[in-house]
Formats: sequence, structure tokens, C-alpha cells
Amino acid sequence: MNAYWQCFSGIVLREWLRFVLQRTRFLSALVRPLLWLLVFAAGFRAALGIAIIEPYDTYIPYEVYIIPGLACMILLFNGMQGSLSMVYDREMGSMRVLLTSPLPRTFLLCSKLLATSLISLLQVYAFLAIAWLYGVQPPAMGLLLALPALLLVALMLSALGLLLSNAIRQLENFAGVMNFVIFPLFFLSSALYPLWKMRDSSEWLYWLCALNPFTHAVELVRFALYERFNLLALAVCAGLTLVFALLAVLTFNPQHAALRKSG
Amino acid sequence: MNALEVSDLSFAYGPREALRQVSFSLAPGRFAALLGPNGAGKSTLIALLTRLYDLQRGDIRVGGCSLRDAARPALKQLGVVFQQRTLDLDLSVEQNLRYHAALHGLSRRQTGLRVDAELARQALTERRRERVRELNGGHRRRVEIARALLHEPRLLLLDEASVGLDPASRLALNQHIRSLCREQTISVLWTTHLLDEVQPSDDLLILHQGRLVASGQADALSLEHGGDLDSAFARLTTSTPSGAVSR
Repeated sequence: MNAYWQCFSGIVLREWLRFVLQRTRFLSALVRPLLWLLVFAAGFRAALGIAIIEPYDTYIPYEVYIIPGLACMILLFNGMQGSLSMVYDREMGSMRVLLTSPLPRTFLLCSKLLATSLISLLQVYAFLAIAWLYGVQPPAMGLLLALPALLLVALMLSALGLLLSNAIRQLENFAGVMNFVIFPLFFLSSALYPLWKMRDSSEWLYWLCALNPFTHAVELVRFALYERFNLLALAVCAGLTLVFALLAVLTFNPQHAALRKSG
Repeated sequence: MNALEVSDLSFAYGPREALRQVSFSLAPGRFAALLGPNGAGKSTLIALLTRLYDLQRGDIRVGGCSLRDAARPALKQLGVVFQQRTLDLDLSVEQNLRYHAALHGLSRRQTGLRVDAELARQALTERRRERVRELNGGHRRRVEIARALLHEPRLLLLDEASVGLDPASRLALNQHIRSLCREQTISVLWTTHLLDEVQPSDDLLILHQGRLVASGQADALSLEHGGDLDSAFARLTTSTPSGAVSR
């Protein structure tokens, strides 16, 4: 058991050190959500009024509405990017070193997913801190309650990223992931607009959004941030995390990548 | 007990056969050179030895433990230096080593002792806090060797470890590994395509088109196939392998 703990803490420590030492990567990951918050939301607030909806108790400015979606966007980008590199950087080194560990491959992959998810949380809280200074101030208890919700979402998206990278040949580069995974997940969700607005425009778009796991991820975080509990969102996220992680670990096979290259 | 036993190993990428019925063994404390032209199947063999690929046919035993049935004890006895650079450049020498020790489940105390010992052996103690990015190619390789030896393996696998080094560093690395082999009775499997890295007393394995076309002591094989190693290698790797291993 001790060997497992040593191994897991070593993987987390490595991710932490890389995070600390590669500050430019950290800062550039913050630029994207901050642009959405400071530019897009500022321009959009006049066009889009948000009625009183759960979990908010009153009318809210648009900046308040999109904070949970932007926090999840950080996790979405990190999860996809991290998982893609786990599959396609495997031949390049760090994954090869990881896989020479005598501990089971399932444990190693899950540890890696959890470690990168924990580091992503630091970026999310850095973003929430800046948003706080900007004036978007959820309750302090909400910020604490959002922590497990964000961790679950980070795990779900990392596992989904690994599963997709294992399964889909066309996702060899990040542009493919952006176009076919990140953008559809993000725009077909409640991250930028409440679903009733979408329903006003199109019934079938509404249903696509309602079935999108990312919508449930955003709603789980949104409710937690305002000290509310969303059972449906939790059940969907927890269930999908298990399914995605199981399938991702089962389909993780370096031979497939080699076969693709040779084929 | 042999440090390494490869028996009847075959591997295919879909319809394309990369290794066919490869068998050989490596005794404790021996230095074996694995030679082969590009595309001979060396990389596939390394991928199978390091568990990157799953075995399809045949078996690999490290220190008597099968990678198929007992991967954990087998991998515990295996140290690897990959052809590609696999160190975290922004981490220090010591941080890289500690990460590897954690992957092998060593306790903090064991890790401290082993890191000190391996850094001293590679003459890197003074540089333990330097970032790997600041080291030259030869020193980085030494860090990778220290890392591969941290968990005290019985078998050290070096995949084209001298690639990218200048001639002096290449020679120093080769001599260094041989001294480890003698002093620690570690078995070494050294893959290369450079014939001058092989010495007459080495075990020699020659792969060609996925088959092991020759295995035995280098001087005996040279004698049998043309007098010197260059002509023996040329002769063995220009024809289509018939299937019989020359010993």
C-alpha cells in the first residue's frame, strides 16, 4: 500500500513542480477565460439579460452568470490537452517512463488523471480570485463547496479526453480537438446562456444542450458556488466520470498508436 | 538464473510482422550488444521488453519472472535508458531521480540513500540541484543511467543510448556501462547500430527483418562469418533470413 502512496504522491509532486516551473503556461491558460470575462461578457451584458433562475436569488449581471462556465472551460481545455499529450507524447518519453513503473497500469493512469486534475484546480481558483477582484463575488462558503464539484468535473473531462484520444484517430492534434470536441461541448451547453434562452430559439438545440455532459458539469459548479445542491448534475457527472475513466483505461493501448502510424 | 530470457517472441503490427520467433537469453553480469539495421525490429523488441506493448506470442522473463504473468516483479528488476530524452528538463537532477524512485514505490528513506549513492557513482553529486536543461548531452545520459539504477535492477536496458553524443562521450559511456556490468554484476542489453561499440568478448545478437539471425560471442561470430565484425554484420544483414539462428 505504501508503494502505491509513494507512487501517487510522486506523480502529483511532479505535476506540481512542472506547474510552478512553467509559469508562462499557467498564465497563458488564464488569458482565455479572462478574455471571455473582461471583454466578451462586458460587451454581451447589454444584449443578454438574465432572469431570476436557480441557483441565483435575484437578477444577476452576465459576468456573474458565465463564471461557472468559464471555470469549467479551464478544466475542459486542460483535460483535453493533458489527455491528448498522454496518448501522443507516449513515444516521446514521459509516458514511457511512467509505464516502466511496476505498479498496475490502471493505477498509474488514474493517478496521472487525478494529479493533472488537482493542478487544474489551482488555475481555476486563480481565475476565481481575479474574478473576485473584478467584482464577481460568490459566497465564501460557495467557493469551498465548489472544490469537490470542480475536482469531479476535472476528472470527468480528463477521462473523456483520454477516452477520445484513444479511440479517435483524427484527434492527433489540438486543432482537431478544438473543432470537434471543445467547441461543441462548450457552445452546446449552459456555460454562456441559460438553456431556456436556447429553447426560445430552437427546441432541438435545447435538447442537445440538455443532454451535453458539459452542461451538467457547469450546473454542478454553478449550484455549488451558490451553496446549492444539484442532484441530477452530480449523478450525471459522477456516473460519467466512472464510465469514461473505465473505458479510457481499458482502451489505453500504445500498440494502437503504433498501428495507426504503421498503417 | 538468467537475467533475461526471451522465448519464441513474435509480434505483428496488423498484417505486418515485426518480430518472428525471437529467442535468446542473457546470463548475469554479461554485456550483450543487440545490433540490427533500421527496421530490423529493435524498437519493437524494446517496446515489448519495457511493457509499452503487450506480448502477442512468446514470453519474456526478467530474473525468472514472466512479463506475461508476473509483470510487477519483472519490471522491478528492469532498469531502462530510452533512446529519446525522457528527463523533465525544467526539474533538477535530484527531482528527476526522486520522481523515478516514487514510481517504483521506494520509501523516502530508501530514496534518499539510493539517490545519494547513484549520484556519487555517476560523479553528479555536485550537480544534483542543477536543472537538467543546464546539463550537456553526456551528463544528461548519466542522469538517466543513475535513474535507471535507482531501484537496483538486475538487468539494464540501454536503447541506442550513445546517439547524439560526441565520440569521447560515447566511448566514456560505453566504458562506464561495462564497469557497472563487472562491478555490480548487472546484465546489460545495449542496442546499437554502431559496430565499434562492440567488444570481442561481448554477447552479440543480430536482428534482421524481425528475425534473430545470429547470437553468440562476438569474436566467435566474426570468425564464423567473414573474419571481422564488419563483414560478418554485412553478410548477415544483406541476405533474406532463412529462419535458422547462427550460433
